[in-house]
Amino acid sequence: MTNTSIRLVDDSLFTDTPQGVALLGSRCMDCSAYTFPRQGGCPRCTGSAMEDVPLSRTGTLWSWTVQGFRPKAPYSGSERYEPYGVGYVELPGQLIVEARLTETDPERLAIGMPMVLELVPFCDDPDGVPAYTFAFVAGDSDV
Amino acid sequence: MSDVAIVGIGMHRFGRTEGVSGRAQAVHAAREALHDAGVRFPDMRFGFGGSHSAGDADTLVSELGLTGLPFINVANGCATGGSALIAADAAIRSGQHNIGIVIGFDKHSRGAFNTDPAEHGIGEWYGETGLMVTTQFFGLKIQRYLHDHGIAPDVLAAIAEKAFRNGARNPMAWRRKELSAAEIAAAPMISHPLTQYMYCSPGEGAVALVLCRADRARAYTDRPVYLRGAAFRSRRYGSFEVFSPWIASERADSPTVEASAAAFAAAGIGPDEVDVAQVQDTESGAELMHMAETGLCAHGEQEKLIAEGATEIEGRFPVNTDGGCLANGEPIGASGLRQVYESVLQLRGDAGAHQVPGNPRVGFTHVYGAPGISACTVLTR
Repeated sequence: MTNTSIRLVDDSLFTDTPQGVALLGSRCMDCSAYTFPRQGGCPRCTGSAMEDVPLSRTGTLWSWTVQGFRPKAPYSGSERYEPYGVGYVELPGQLIVEARLTETDPERLAIGMPMVLELVPFCDDPDGVPAYTFAFVAGDSDV
Repeated sequence: MSDVAIVGIGMHRFGRTEGVSGRAQAVHAAREALHDAGVRFPDMRFGFGGSHSAGDADTLVSELGLTGLPFINVANGCATGGSALIAADAAIRSGQHNIGIVIGFDKHSRGAFNTDPAEHGIGEWYGETGLMVTTQFFGLKIQRYLHDHGIAPDVLAAIAEKAFRNGARNPMAWRRKELSAAEIAAAPMISHPLTQYMYCSPGEGAVALVLCRADRARAYTDRPVYLRGAAFRSRRYGSFEVFSPWIASERADSPTVEASAAAFAAAGIGPDEVDVAQVQDTESGAELMHMAETGLCAHGEQEKLIAEGATEIEGRFPVNTDGGCLANGEPIGASGLRQVYESVLQLRGDAGAHQVPGNPRVGFTHVYGAPGISACTVLTR
């Protein structure tokens, strides 16, 4: 789905846009509801006319926490556990997406703060090629 | 249409019982419930039951008796027990059967639950990248709830403190040591703002209930408890539930709101008439949210109720009198039925050191499970 040269955790989650890589969702052509990831049926109006759409790369923090222990499998992140932030980020007019946050300090996280999508490595790779997933970083713009 | 009564209750102590299988714990609970009702297994006309990790409930008949009864396995996450009870309620209320048994049991390994994303229709990436963690979801959900309703996070430690205080008074509970709010708040942070002692642990245990037509209840017991309303709902578009890679921007009520309203409506009893309530407290924040979602109080009112002691056993609005999931742990299949067991004890006046004073007349239970299902009951003596 994307032109990026890095290894992604799941290619079907992403798409390229002029502003950079974005999450790929679905939009219902009947009721305009969005989903992430893509799906064939609309959970809002129960229809099945869904089209692929790139989701907004910017939004605001809707809720957040910090993961305080290394999860069990199927988590495949780095063996050397480091706490990671997790949040729900509201993408205006679309939906609220769950994602890792690059910030892990509770003192620096607040509901309503602006956020921008970026890709982050999340696991050790025996070949030295880490896999990347999506995360949100605090910030106002795409630059 | 027949009304439904609970005439027998049985339980295997919650916690950890090394060397005793989940199935053996279930058989123990079933025999206790049968004995309590003064009946034998061949008297049962149906069975519903389930566990998440300890085997198929229908196979318990090899131990209890190969009598040919129809026995259906139920699997609905943490709402398994509540779902089995609702199925039994329907079987009796419809006139299909006069008497039957419901059994919930489980035995989990230590540590947080781990779940396969595929079982929930979610891509592997969700688990691989560390988002499919129930403890994390609870942190996210309560963080937003506290923000929306202007509630100070201190209330989370107070809720856990009450749970352990109640557990210490309940001989069937797992955690029987009181902990101060300060100790709870100072425990390791699991998922901000929730510390280790604000979460329940996966555990072991079993509960069984014998139910019958209400008009025949006195043939089995002189203290029947009536199941006045029982309702179950799944999530709607716009609610915020566990294992959600995304949620809608528009908000909808949780399934608890509708399940609770339906149970009260069926009972013809209002939330203000409840004398003792058991609500799902997978973690402290869940008790806080569920108190309001069930209609027992208004959103935002909880902080004051807790601060003034209203939710204590001796308070005017006792909640989770047996210590809830926090003190009892969560054997998934048994958890919802533990709430009903506790309600029956309370309405019979048999709860001993954790008995609510004043002869409670109306009990309420609420169990909630992944990925967004809720089962509620209204019980009276």
